[in-house]
Amino acid sequence: MPYRMIVLAKQVPDTKNVTGQAMKEDGTVNRAALPAIFNPEDLNALEMALSIRDRFGGHVTVLTMGPPGAVAVARDVLMRGADAAVHVCDRRLAAGDTLATAYALSCAVNNAGPYDIILCGRQAIDGDTAQTGPQVAGKLDIPQVTYVEEIRGIDGNNLTARRNIEGGYELVQVALPALITVVASANEPRPFAAKKLMQFKKARTAAEVKKEMQGADAEKEIDRLAGRGLLIREWCLEDIAAEEDACGSLGSATKVMKIYSPVLVAGSHKTVEPSRQAIAELVRELVEDHALE
Amino acid sequence: MNDQKQNWLGVLVFAEQDEARLADVSLELLSKARELADKLGKKVGAALLGHNVGSLAAPLIAHGADVVFMADNPGLKTYTTLPYAKAVSDIIEANEPEIVMFGASLIGRDLAPRVAARLRTGLTADCTDLQIGDYSDKRGSYTNLLLQIRPAFGGNIIATIVTPDHRPQMATVREGVMPMKPADASRKGEVRPVCAQLDGLENVVRIIERFKAEKKVNLKAAQIIVAGGAGVASKEGFDLIRELAHVLGGQVGASRAAVDAGFVGKEHQVGQTGLTVRPKVYVACGISGQVQHRAGMQEASKIIAVNSDAAAPIFSVAHYGIVGDLFQVIPLMIEAYKQK
Repeated sequence: MPYRMIVLAKQVPDTKNVTGQAMKEDGTVNRAALPAIFNPEDLNALEMALSIRDRFGGHVTVLTMGPPGAVAVARDVLMRGADAAVHVCDRRLAAGDTLATAYALSCAVNNAGPYDIILCGRQAIDGDTAQTGPQVAGKLDIPQVTYVEEIRGIDGNNLTARRNIEGGYELVQVALPALITVVASANEPRPFAAKKLMQFKKARTAAEVKKEMQGADAEKEIDRLAGRGLLIREWCLEDIAAEEDACGSLGSATKVMKIYSPVLVAGSHKTVEPSRQAIAELVRELVEDHALE
Repeated sequence: MNDQKQNWLGVLVFAEQDEARLADVSLELLSKARELADKLGKKVGAALLGHNVGSLAAPLIAHGADVVFMADNPGLKTYTTLPYAKAVSDIIEANEPEIVMFGASLIGRDLAPRVAARLRTGLTADCTDLQIGDYSDKRGSYTNLLLQIRPAFGGNIIATIVTPDHRPQMATVREGVMPMKPADASRKGEVRPVCAQLDGLENVVRIIERFKAEKKVNLKAAQIIVAGGAGVASKEGFDLIRELAHVLGGQVGASRAAVDAGFVGKEHQVGQTGLTVRPKVYVACGISGQVQHRAGMQEASKIIAVNSDAAAPIFSVAHYGIVGDLFQVIPLMIEAYKQK
């Protein structure tokens, strides 16, 4: 039985590689210097969806919500084998908290049509909250299975998954439709398929085309891309029938009161040379202080 | 207590239990809840869900709860999302707490967002500090809000988040972040049975099999922790970290980078998204020391940092700094300790 799947994928700043260049002279982070990447666990979610399609048949649509540059994620998933990709892009979606984001995503999911399984990464590395997945499930009023490491099987309408719990695992069965959040240890995401890479590297949204050319040329190019299956769909708030005041910063229950970039002052630590003698002295000092027994 | 008048309940803590054992983090949160509620001049509640868990009410009261809302139902015996979210939301809607806190455990992080979505309110994950304070913006001034403080952006900045117009204000906090105050068995409190209306939600997700190992690593209780980071470079490299920990009679810790790279298990992770520890000695080896990590260890009494990069932020919180190759420095430490 084929399954209709929707994967939620996010483009994030690569917060794990905050290196020298990304730090300003005052010790704070230069966000502009951080490369944008595919949120790692969303790749695991995509892989899980593709492998479900391999095993049982089905269709994988990826929704990615974010600023214009996030269309890179839509192109990326097509090159990895997704059947369809949509870029949900609207300025009114900016600066949303997880509640507002989950609301907009749930509207986008509903607009994508009927589904059996929604998959997303456990969490995104920019906020690390792990909240958006469960909140989307909440908004859609469907069950969620979080921290999934393995799909054991799907029998008709029942999906069995192995999920992590504190210090162990659980095998749970859930009736579809359901939302699943996927952990990094679930799988090894497949690389781009060479043929698809060639095919989809030219895929564009209408907005991208209109940046490159104007008027009739743009319309012609858009028609040409659409005819060849290379036009990436774009949805705005009206397309997904989302209420403006429930989206973005306007729809956020939480507000950022202040942000503080910790500036590192030179510590007042004692410098110990990496020599045998200096280290022996350090150990002696710690023992005398009763810090070490 | 006058129940007709709402807003008597300052803080509600989700009292997480598994197999009738309370999670430490819930008791830690009660200590914090007590402090916050006293500032607000209001009460502390604990939401205790499960089956045959009556004996857990007393420790909750001893740790600071004024009222324990006890939903005892076979459908709540083992945690599953939907019935728990329904029962917790019902307790919140009936009692209207200002603030609700959850441990940022796997259960808390599954449950809290679901409850927040249901109640259409804000939720801040992994707070490292919670305070009561004032806030104002274009739209108005607010007093006595919950200031939800957390590292963000991969731990590179620290943000203060507020929930001005929605109630309750909700936050999750990792285990170990809030110190647990000693239990006071003489504290008085009230146990209020709650009749949970689960509406069949307990049958939507069925647990077929469950395996849980005893916790092997107890970092929180460790007096000495030797922790390794990305600089350890490999799984095998961690053997040296383990050796030093063993020699010093301590436990093995790790930075998130080391855990993510697969050098060592997640249960060893120290930091905002791991555990917060306060040992007597913390030896940080090959750990650069981003805010994320420092948030979890900077209260150690003696911090010894070993890093080949003299500019590594870890040195800013260290008491002793050794700029050098950990693979040379650690063997010297082992040798020195053995000869002490």
